[in-house]
Amino acid sequence: MTIIETERLTRQFVRRSRGLRRSPGRSRSLLTAVDDVTLRIEPGESVGYIGANGAGKSTTIKMLTGILVPTSGRVRTCGLDPVRQRRLLASRVGVVFGQRSQLWWDLPVRESFEILAAIHRLPARAGAMRQDELVEQLEMGAFLETPVRQLSLGQRMRAEVAAALLHSPELVILDEPTIGLDLLSKQRLREFLVAERGRHGTTLLLTTHDMGDIARLCERVLVIDHGRLAYDGSLAGLSRTVGAQRVLVVDLTESLPDLNDIPDTRHLGSEGNGLRQRLAFDAEQTTAARVLSAVSKRAEVRDLSVEEPDIEDVVRRIYSAHR
Amino acid sequence: MADPASALLAPYKAVLASRIRAQRSYRASFALDLGSSLLVGLVELAEVWILFHNVTVLGGMSFPSIALVFGLADMAFALADLACGHCDRLPTYVRAGTLDVFYLRPQPLLAQLVASDISLRRLARCPVGAAALGYGLVAADVQWSPATIALLAVTFLSGCAIFSALFICAAGLQFFLINGAEMTNAFVYGGRYAATQPARVWSGALKVVFGMVFPVVFAGYLPVLRVVDLPSPHPFPEWAGWAAPLAAVWAWLFAIACWRCGVRHYQGAGG
Repeated sequence: MTIIETERLTRQFVRRSRGLRRSPGRSRSLLTAVDDVTLRIEPGESVGYIGANGAGKSTTIKMLTGILVPTSGRVRTCGLDPVRQRRLLASRVGVVFGQRSQLWWDLPVRESFEILAAIHRLPARAGAMRQDELVEQLEMGAFLETPVRQLSLGQRMRAEVAAALLHSPELVILDEPTIGLDLLSKQRLREFLVAERGRHGTTLLLTTHDMGDIARLCERVLVIDHGRLAYDGSLAGLSRTVGAQRVLVVDLTESLPDLNDIPDTRHLGSEGNGLRQRLAFDAEQTTAARVLSAVSKRAEVRDLSVEEPDIEDVVRRIYSAHR
Repeated sequence: MADPASALLAPYKAVLASRIRAQRSYRASFALDLGSSLLVGLVELAEVWILFHNVTVLGGMSFPSIALVFGLADMAFALADLACGHCDRLPTYVRAGTLDVFYLRPQPLLAQLVASDISLRRLARCPVGAAALGYGLVAADVQWSPATIALLAVTFLSGCAIFSALFICAAGLQFFLINGAEMTNAFVYGGRYAATQPARVWSGALKVVFGMVFPVVFAGYLPVLRVVDLPSPHPFPEWAGWAAPLAAVWAWLFAIACWRCGVRHYQGAGG
């Protein structure tokens, strides 16, 4: 069974301009948020759904989960009609919204989980086992008794993810799951999602502004731009199309001349007399580790960071490539 | 194995139990809330008393009879407020995305909204209503019979249902009205106020609104007329005093229609 199937999915919003009286021609305008999107996602796939702000990502997700009714076109999620069979669908889909909470802010995390287990009518034993599994995998033991409002952002996101996965959904939709998280929390969350998918064959669909999420979690990328599907294919293909490169920034212990000759990289610039150098590389051709070891042969690396390509930039390039 | 009914309600029990625990855990704030609710209830009762301090009979009713109306309607309102009063927070839920979270859970939206909170502080309203009711029953010229007791019980339960429906209506309408809480509150709290007054003094428009559309007149005034054996004002027939359950059914049909329209509007069907 196909997990997500849309056919010419379209959603328009009516925008009323100000003014009390409806005079023809100026009071209403149509905004097409999702425009003729046809796609299929098979079980077990891991798909990144990217686009600029306002490109139509959230609208699509709301139609996939039955929150919004499509203006035209067809949508099936887990083989169900999301609007008509919302409740049936809700027990098979888990959704994590990075910016809205499904926990109870004044309750300890554990109690939120218990309520959710009751809402999903999980059998007592199965629910407890699943909760234990998630607590262990997401390392939540230390703050299980802490009220949600006292959690750090990283802790809260882990609790949110656990809350969405408690009923073992076959499809997990994550809307900006790593927004605002520090590097370590991001890394942990990504590792968890990879492992969870490995264990249960869960299908993942995530929207993000972080190319790192896509690079580490997704095999397939959908790019939406002005409501239209602009790209559907592998991440490698996306990088080929737009030449999206990552940038390794190294801080050295001694000044070096510009590192122009590290294999498979392009020197972007140096600062502080060559103490900090920026090298662009294509993830298809080499790895950050290989670039790093080549640099280390020249001088000791004191610190480093990797900059991901900017999603807005990727989308912009796709847009211009399609014209 | 638990019986089917309790299994059916288990999700709601879990949420409500947690709400009650959470409110009790902030003791000082809870006590203040209780105190202020009690005070509001007393002020509203005092208002009626002051009115009758100046006239002995209003709309054909003496003060004890009107205390009966006040007590019945106010207690029913307090209980409805306890159960459904938070429904007017719907716009906040929409803005915060809580409503979208409701969509992602396998329970009916309206049931989730109603069960999402319970305002225990409203309990403080009940003693005021109960005191007015008690005083009314003793002091008014009540024609006691088993039928009277049945009438009072049926009216009280139907009153709870009517006021709850009023809250649900308001929630449904708030999907359409941006910052509509002010307007819907005018009907909800206006309805409560109207229900505690003798309907004979209402204008025609008020009789239509609170007698037919939001039938709060059935929650206190009309049944009390039967209890103290006074004639019903035009256009309500005598048997209308017994019609609170009918009014409750109508109010709920209307409320569910409002809610459905609201949800449709939110999802944008046909929009």
